[in-house]
Formats: sequence, C-alpha cells, structure tokens
Amino acid sequence: MSALGKKDFVSDQDVRWCPGCGDYAILSQVQKVLPELGVARENFVFVSGIGCSSRFPYYVNTYGFHSIHGRAPAIATGLKASRPELSVWVITGDGDALSIGGNHLIHTLRRNVDLNILLFNNKIYGLTKGQYSPTSEVGKVTKSTPVGSVDHPFDPIALALGAEASFVARSVDVETKHLQEIVRRAHEHKGASFVEILQNCNVFNDGAFNDVTDKATKADATLVLEHGKPLVFGKNRDKGIRLRNFQPEVVQLGNGVSETDLLVHDEHNPALAYLIARLGPPRFPAPIGVFTAVDRPCYEDVLNQQVAAAKSKASADLATLLKRGDVWTVT
Amino acid sequence: MRNGVATSKPVESRDTVVIRFAGDSGDGMQVTGTQFTTESAIAGNDIATLPDFPAEIRAPAGTLAGVSAFQLTFSSSEVFTPGDDLDVLVAMNPAALKVNIGDLKPGGILVVDREGFNEQNLKKADYATNPLEDGSLTRHQVFQADVTKLTTAALKDLGLSARSVFRCRNFFCLGMTSWLYHRPMEPAEAWIRDRFKKTPDLVEANVRALRAGYNFAENAELFAVSYEVRPAKIAPGTYRNITGNTATALGFVCAARRAGRPLFLGSYPITPASDVLHELSGLKQFDVFTFQAEDEIAGIGAALGAAFGGSIAITTTSGPGLNLKAETVGLALAVELPIVITDIQRAGPSTGMPTKTEQADLLMAMYGRHGESPVPVLAAATPADCFTMAYEAVRIAVRYMTPVILLTDGYLANGAEPWLIPDVAKLPDVSVVFRTDPNGFFPYLRDEKTLSRPWVIPGTPGLEHRIGGLEKEYLTGNVSYAPTNHEQMIRVRARKIAGIIREIPPLEIFGPPEGDLLVVGWGSTYGAITQAVRQLQAAGHAVAQIHIRHLNPLPADLGGILRRYKKVLVPEMNLGQLVRMLRAEYLVDAIGFNKIQGRPFKVSEIAARCLKLLNGRMHEESAA
Repeated sequence: MSALGKKDFVSDQDVRWCPGCGDYAILSQVQKVLPELGVARENFVFVSGIGCSSRFPYYVNTYGFHSIHGRAPAIATGLKASRPELSVWVITGDGDALSIGGNHLIHTLRRNVDLNILLFNNKIYGLTKGQYSPTSEVGKVTKSTPVGSVDHPFDPIALALGAEASFVARSVDVETKHLQEIVRRAHEHKGASFVEILQNCNVFNDGAFNDVTDKATKADATLVLEHGKPLVFGKNRDKGIRLRNFQPEVVQLGNGVSETDLLVHDEHNPALAYLIARLGPPRFPAPIGVFTAVDRPCYEDVLNQQVAAAKSKASADLATLLKRGDVWTVT
Repeated sequence: MRNGVATSKPVESRDTVVIRFAGDSGDGMQVTGTQFTTESAIAGNDIATLPDFPAEIRAPAGTLAGVSAFQLTFSSSEVFTPGDDLDVLVAMNPAALKVNIGDLKPGGILVVDREGFNEQNLKKADYATNPLEDGSLTRHQVFQADVTKLTTAALKDLGLSARSVFRCRNFFCLGMTSWLYHRPMEPAEAWIRDRFKKTPDLVEANVRALRAGYNFAENAELFAVSYEVRPAKIAPGTYRNITGNTATALGFVCAARRAGRPLFLGSYPITPASDVLHELSGLKQFDVFTFQAEDEIAGIGAALGAAFGGSIAITTTSGPGLNLKAETVGLALAVELPIVITDIQRAGPSTGMPTKTEQADLLMAMYGRHGESPVPVLAAATPADCFTMAYEAVRIAVRYMTPVILLTDGYLANGAEPWLIPDVAKLPDVSVVFRTDPNGFFPYLRDEKTLSRPWVIPGTPGLEHRIGGLEKEYLTGNVSYAPTNHEQMIRVRARKIAGIIREIPPLEIFGPPEGDLLVVGWGSTYGAITQAVRQLQAAGHAVAQIHIRHLNPLPADLGGILRRYKKVLVPEMNLGQLVRMLRAEYLVDAIGFNKIQGRPFKVSEIAARCLKLLNGRMHEESAA
C-alpha cells in the first residue's frame, strides 16, 4: 500500500454543515488519523444514521452508508459480522444513537461488535432545527419545549458503561490532538469502541460546552484521564479527585493532601469507570479521555469461529442436507 | 407381520382418510401425528398434514385452551389439503373431544381414552354430563379404549414412574390407528430408538406401548373391520415430508450455495417464523450466519449491512414484524441492495391470533412503505413450494439488486407435504458478480437489460463510494434534490421492478382455456382451490384455476386469461386484497370470496361458492 495522506480521505462532495459547526473539526481529525492506521482505504466503511453528524460518510473518501434514523449500529453489525476484516465506523449523534436508536446502541455495545462508534453530542437536535435531545439538560428551552424540557437526560458515558461497552471514551471537537489520540485508541481497541465527542452546535445550542473549550476555564472544568495517573486537574494542576466514604470529592493539593491520596485512573477497572462517569459539572470537572478499555471476545469473532468449526466438523453437501430425515423413494 | 394385512378381521378399502389426533398439550399428539404421517408416506400414500397447537406454551392440563391436535390426510389419489371433515378423531380427553368433535363426519370413527373422561377432566372441559354416556355421540362410531390402563399393564415390569408410563399412551394410540389403517410401524420404532437412545428403558416402554396398541386393536372386540388405503400414483423420485418453514430455510441455503456467497439471516423471534431461524442456525457448515437481533428493525438492518458486504441477506418475520421493517425495506430499495424479507403471515391486526393463519399482508407487502417504493412480491402455494419460492426470491433479489418480499403463512409454515427432493445441480442459476473494475464506474450505472446497479462490496480497491437513503443523482449516486432527477429515479426504480415480468413463466391453467368460471388464488389457498376445482371439473363444469406466485409484478399473461372466463372468483383469507389488485390492474369484475377465521378454506366451502356462481348467483359477499 502506498503511503496515504489526509487528502486521500477527502471525498469530492461539498461539505454542507453550517459554517462554524464542530463537525468540521471532527471530520478533519478523523481524516488525519485514518491514513496512519495501517488499513487499506478500501477496507474502511463509515456507516451513519440520520442527523447532522450522519452526513459524515459523504465527506470521507472510503466506503460509506448513510442509512436511516438510529439504525446504523444494526447495519454496521451485519456488515462487520459478515466481513470481519473491514474497519467499520459508526457516526452518530445524541438523537440518533440515544433516542431513536437507543436499543441498537446498547445491544451493539453488549455484543462487543468490533465497531468504532463516534457519537457527536451537541445536546440538541440540529437537522430538525432545534428541539431538545436526550442529552439536553432539564429545563432546556427549545422550539418544542417553550417553557423548558421536563425529562432527565442520559449521560452517554454512563449509558455505554451500563451497556457493558468494552471501550468508552470522551473527547472534545476542538481538542485536536486529544481527539486524534482517542480516535486512534478507538481503532486499536478490539471490540466495540464508544467515543462521545462533545460538539458545539453554533446555531441551535451555541456554547453548550464553553466551560471545557474556553482557554480561560477549561483547565479547571476538565479532568483529563490518563491510565495509571492520579486524577489531577486545574490550571496549576493543583486539584484532584479523592474518594471519601465512597463519595468522590474535589480536593486542593497541598496542606497535607498529596497525589497519593487521590484516585488513580485505571482503564481496566470498570467499577472505577462508573464512578468517574458520574463526575461532571457543576460540582466536578468533566472527565475526558478513556474511561475504560477491557478485553472481551468480539461478537463477530465468535460467530465466525462457530461457522468455521461447523465447516470443519460437518459435511456441507446440499444433496445430503435435502435428504435429511425420513426419506422414501417412489419408483 | 406387523406392517401388512395379516388380520383375521374384514378389510375395507378407502380412497382417502382424514384423521386428527387430539389431546392435551402434554399428550404427545404432535409426535403421534408425525409418526403416523411417516408411516403413511412410506406406505405409498399421498399426504398432507396440519398441526394445530395452542398459543399457550403450557396451558393448564385438561383445559380447552390446552388442546393440541395434528391432522393428516392420506390417500391413494393426489392430495392437496390436510382435509375438511374428519373420518377419524382420536381424543385423549374431554377437552380434546369438545374442541374437535364438530369436525368429525357423521358416522366417523371416534377413538377415546375412556379413563380420560373422569369427573375432573369433564369439569375442566365444561361438560355437565359425560358425553360417552349421555347419548350425544350416537352419530359417530365410538370406540372406547382403556388406553391408560392397558398401557400401564403393558409396561408394568419396567419399573417406570406413573408419569413416564402415562407419557407412553400416545404410542399406544399410534399402535391402534396403525392397525386400523394397515400402517407399517417400523418407522415409528426406529424413531423411538433414536429419540430415546440415551434411555433404553423409554425405548422399551414406547415400543411396547406401540405394539400393545396394535395388538389390542387386532385382538380386542373393539374394531370390527380395518381399512386399506392403497398407494397413490406418485411421480418417481426420492421424497421427504417437509414443512413450509423447513422448505423456506432450505431454499435460502441452496440459493446462497449456488451463488457461492455466505447466507446471512438477521431475525427476531416471532411466531410462526422462528422455526426458520432455528433451522438455519443449525446449518452453519453451509456458510450460514444467523444473527438473533434485539428487535425486528435490527434484524433487517443487520441483514442489509451484510448485503452491503456481499452476503445473500435475508430476514424472516411475521406480520407485526413486517410493519417494523418497512422503513428498512425502503432504504434497501433506495440503495438498491439485494435482500429477501420473508413474512410468514398470521392472523392480525396487531398481535391478533399468532398461531393462526391468514393472508392479509398482501397489500402491506405491495404498498406498505412511504414514497413510491415498489418491491417484487412472491408467494408460496404449498409447504414444499416454499423451497422453490425462497430460492426464486434470492434469485430475483441479486439479479435486480432489490429487496424482495416473500409471503408464506402459518398454514404453510407448519403444514407439511411430501416433497420430491430436487437435483441441486438442476436448480436455476443464481450468479453473483461483484464489480471490481474502476474504469467507467458509477455507483448507479445501470445494466441495460435489468436496470440493476452494480454490486460493489467494501474492500474493493478504487471503487470507494457512498450509498444512502437520500435521493441519488441518476448516474453518479451523488445526493441530488433536482426535481427532474427525482422523477427520473422514481421512474427507473419502478421500471426496474416492472421489468421482472420477463422472469415470470406463463401461468399454468388447470382446466379449460376458457369457460364459465376461473378461480384465481395465491398463497396457501392452493390446495383447497385445486381440490374444489377438480371436483367441479369431474362433475362436468367448465371451471379452471390459476394460482399466482409472482404478485409483483403480476404475470404477463394474467390479464388475457382473466378475460377468457365469464366469471372470476378470488378466494382469499382476508377481506379481498388480490381481488382489489386484479380489479384495479385489469378492470375485470372479479368477485371475492373471503374467510377470515384463522383457519384455511375447506374444499367444500370453495366448491359450494363456485357452484353458486355457476348457477348465476353472483356478488354475494362472504363464506359464513
């Protein structure tokens, strides 16, 4: 394979997201990472559902399937199960994955199909022009909720962990290096990789993630997870997360509190991932990075092993198959 | 000699016998019926069967809801249905009697287990008095046997529990009926030896019960005569008895093998379709992948993903599931990928009567999607025909790059008939060619003849492209909102499906090429219509029959045929769906004949309706 570059993954289609949309940044980072993954371009497939994010496959010069609302995980599952050698990506959004397609998402994660699922979370319905989404905060005033939304939101990370996902991570549209690294990790992980990408919708929900993206606030508002490292954050890296009476708390380092008192991140400990998933504003910084990465058999591997084992054991003669059971001959 | 006619009693000859075994769900009536079927097939009779089991998995013992039955017609002539009215009813308890006695012919044989008619069971079946004693069964020949006591006596030295002994009663009954109709018992004995090979005690017990029943019938004063049903004239070849669901599964496997591609089934369990999933999940050595999805939508979604990847992709469901799959069928026809959706119809609407049959999904299959969204629709006519039509569905799907809907129904799914096992090498060609040449490639470049677009699977270098549900530009497949392009695409998709008419063989007309009456059927009504039309023809009426297996597009010669008869009758297990299509398509005054009772037409119902029309009484509405 000749060396590929980002331009090889740019399709001839005009990108039609709103100017200033966070999706542009995500597209760009993914296109940068793809040539570095050692996968032939023809073996990449991007599958999406419906929504702004789901236009993504049109813009990537690989195989792509822009499907119907919420169903991309199911379609991708059938593709990956039958063609395990392909690198299959699911591009989805908070409405697509968590509302209309919630069932497919959780079952795909449970089965651990080796897909890379990138969920662009902008906490709003963009394509239908601004209704609240299943990740919108309670009280959200939108076109469909003029006096505020009533329902409690999902946390995508907690949902993915609850669905037994083997790889769960979060990144931010404008954190280019971090996002590239998380995308790379998602690809490397064998099994269903779930990545929530906080993505700004500058038209219908502008500034939803200002705290984690503004230079002035992000160091204090973000907790960057690193495997084996204590949970430290803050502009001066002088704050941390400590567990007391099984309750996480933010502590100031110094005055007798040191990094050894803090929780240490461990990607292989799902219990800890659950705990960290519950951190976030207003009391805690928003964690970004890999929450959990554990090994578990992949659906398509075991399925293909079963088929291979059956082929090696049993005859596959059609004439014999058709004559199974009680057969009689009329002369 | 057990399988011959070595009996000291008189023997009478019969052409056709309809027998139903009925008992509690736990009485093993399905096994008894299946074994009697095998015995009859091996005896050379033509046969057709229909099981009828309760919806409840374990309804309370002895209740009306818990009655399970198995019906079989065996004959020395050609058989098309499991039969209308019963010549013989075997009823293991009062509930089984109550549910089934109405179908027994006057003078018919009723065999009952006398001990089953105890106070407790009579009460459960809402009998105020014992029908064996109150004179209510005098229209029939009633044979009361102490089945439980006799079975117990035959097995007494085996040291089995009372429950195990009780469960051998069905083979005692099989033995009795085998004697009555001179059936060979070797197949049943072989089945018992295989089924219970891990428990030799039960082999011995069931074989003994079987033989005890046979000997009891021979020796006891119960039956005065026995009956002989001579072998039927059947086309030479190797046969097996096959249900519609098994035939459907095998049709798909053969088509995928002929295409040289893996078979991928995405499915969600639903009655009466689940057996296709079960069947295929055990055939992995044939490169069969089965995916039990989280729901109906994921079932077809995964199948569509597999189709994108180059598998022969199928999904199986019943009515409610087809509703859920509709959006994905639309996607499949927009992206023009091949996939077969099998709807094993059941009585609707909503949950309806899941274990009962109906054919009311035709219009949904034809039109149940938003937008202009034509898909080919096929329907199997008999259990064995499910093989042919499943195979045909795959052939059309891959040749025309389109979703295809295959309709069967609960009656075909669970019913069975002898199947002349085909020579695999002689099955029609199902060739799949993936495009690999980048020169001049466009995702929607169409084949001049079929108008199908190329099938390009991911992993093919240089042909990377995107497909999707947004309207596509005619050639390039780029997203397009251009007004005239949309109409062009709508029209080309419609033309592509309409062009499948070239694949459809001429209709077979059974009967005179023109005449007084044409009976037009589709789906599982085939058997009843055929038998009824033959009866009428034998009586000298100018009646003919055609059966439509390709419902979209309809056969090219259909319109001309319809006009050659004075009257056209369309029996359907719905309120009139094909008849609506025929009237709309051909402007013929076709008359509907409708039965929506969860049960198939009786031959007599169709024959009577035809006679009414032949006698000039037209335009009457329904069966009942």
